Amino acid sequence: MCGIAGLIHRGKSSKVGHELQGMLQALKHRGEDSTGYALYGDTDGKNFIMRFKVGENVGEGSTSVAEDVSVYDERKKIVDSYLNEMGAKIIKEERVLPYSLRYEIEYYKKDLLEFSQKIESIPGVEILSMGKSLEVIKDLGNAKMVCDRYNLDKLIGTHAIGHARMATESGVDIKSAHPFWGYPFSDVSVVHNGQLTNYWNNRRALENKGMRFMSECDSELIAVYLAEKMRDGASLEEGMKESLTGLDGVFTYFVATKDSLGMAKDTMAAKPLVLYESDDLVAMGSEEIAIRSILPQEIDTYDPFDGEVKVWQI
Amino acid sequence: MANIKSVSKKTKAQAMGMHTEVLTGRTQQKFFNPDEAENFYYFGTHDVDFNKRTDLDVKDMTAAEANKEIDNLMGQGYGTIVIKNPQGKHSLGVGILNKLNLIFEGSLGYFGMGSCDGPIVRINGRVGWSCAENLMAGKVVIEKNAGSCFGAAIRGGDLICKGSVGARTGIDMKGGTIIIGGDAGAFTGFMMQRGRIIILGDVGINLGDSMYDGTIFVGGEIGSYGSDAVDAELTKSDQDWLKRKLKVAEIGENFDVSKMKKIVAGKKLWNYDNLEPTEKKGAI
Repeated sequence: MCGIAGLIHRGKSSKVGHELQGMLQALKHRGEDSTGYALYGDTDGKNFIMRFKVGENVGEGSTSVAEDVSVYDERKKIVDSYLNEMGAKIIKEERVLPYSLRYEIEYYKKDLLEFSQKIESIPGVEILSMGKSLEVIKDLGNAKMVCDRYNLDKLIGTHAIGHARMATESGVDIKSAHPFWGYPFSDVSVVHNGQLTNYWNNRRALENKGMRFMSECDSELIAVYLAEKMRDGASLEEGMKESLTGLDGVFTYFVATKDSLGMAKDTMAAKPLVLYESDDLVAMGSEEIAIRSILPQEIDTYDPFDGEVKVWQI
Repeated sequence: MANIKSVSKKTKAQAMGMHTEVLTGRTQQKFFNPDEAENFYYFGTHDVDFNKRTDLDVKDMTAAEANKEIDNLMGQGYGTIVIKNPQGKHSLGVGILNKLNLIFEGSLGYFGMGSCDGPIVRINGRVGWSCAENLMAGKVVIEKNAGSCFGAAIRGGDLICKGSVGARTGIDMKGGTIIIGGDAGAFTGFMMQRGRIIILGDVGINLGDSMYDGTIFVGGEIGSYGSDAVDAELTKSDQDWLKRKLKVAEIGENFDVSKMKKIVAGKKLWNYDNLEPTEKKGAI
């Protein structure tokens, strides 16, 4: 089933980590195999923030194979040496969990493709997000568990999207959890509720064009699909509109960039979405109770129609 | 329900599009007999007094607790119950099988008022997916918007949304009337088998897709027609009925019904008979 939620404050910042946690926790009955956050925090915009993992969570319910922590240490060392080789300077380093790290990096090249390919050439290493505002945090368990584990409650920012996952067609692991980074584009993230039926056809075509897939989760296709469109010069909104015919199946998805948040709904309108819009806040979720977790008072909400694409700016 | 007075106006019902099928051979169709009214009450339902009114705050209740408390209040004879702080909870007000005035001061989540037979309900807010699914009789009025699958598989009663509704409104409906004040999404009337849908605004793609029977009236633009959905002539009888229904529904009272489009089943997809399996074997 899965549940998705998102919010964007217009003209101000807020505790988006806390707010999204409440929204996703309200949707936990839609799936709590894993939960993911894409948070767009207030930063000075100078340095990149890289969230990456050097291993998997092998806790209860995980489909991953356990590894020794020394393996994680070894991978981290190689990441550090590669960063040094590429001229990236680590400004701040935080090892949140043995397998999950957050680096603040000074790096001046704009093309992140070569950078990402080099880092991810290390077996077992995956960049969860790379951006000057975006931080993708995802792990096994429900929204509150992940929020507490990564101390997301106090994160201040302008917008965020998140996902509560019920694993269906791929494993219970971090690599299959949402949100997906719009590799190799800085600050692009995607969450999805639904099922894509032309996943393999699209994946083969996109891999032939040099795009990268890290999981076998069909939802990752949306991030890669949009990234490829933007690489070819399309705007985010143009890419999203093309996806309505380029992607087959049933879907509602959110995509966020450094300064915007968008939603798209397939032409069958088979997956739910409820929207609330005001002058200073847009909130959306698979169910109204997600929005009510941050706006308990009576509000006007609506369901977007089939084939609808909307994008909001901060 | 027991209020049905007569079933003798078959000709008018057929003229209105309520019964258009031509049945041959054996039929299982049964009409209501007023002499058997006592058989149309459910076990475990309540006789309530509409003048006996109370409030119920469900803010800190689960849906199951709230529904149980509504049942408890009906058992005490309360005929008018006002629900405070529903806050988008799912499955509120389901399974009410007797007459009741029920007022929600706020919005409902999914499956609100499902499987009901008889209550008069006003929701001063929005409803999520599958509102009033399987409604048998009664009236449900939504003051704001509604999600998808609005009135799925209803058999009777009036279901009114003053705002706009999502996709697949009236999917598989087998009777009753759905009235929409705003727009409706894709696949409205998908596989409907009987009953009527009125949409004053625009409607999305695949309207009336694979409908078996029933009638859809549209006041605005139609995205596209579904398979086997065709235009039909809007008769004077239709217009009179539409005017009356919109007035009762407190919606679009001054709407010019003469310009509405009427959509019915083309019946080209009909590919079934009404023989029992054993009879089919005999025929073979």
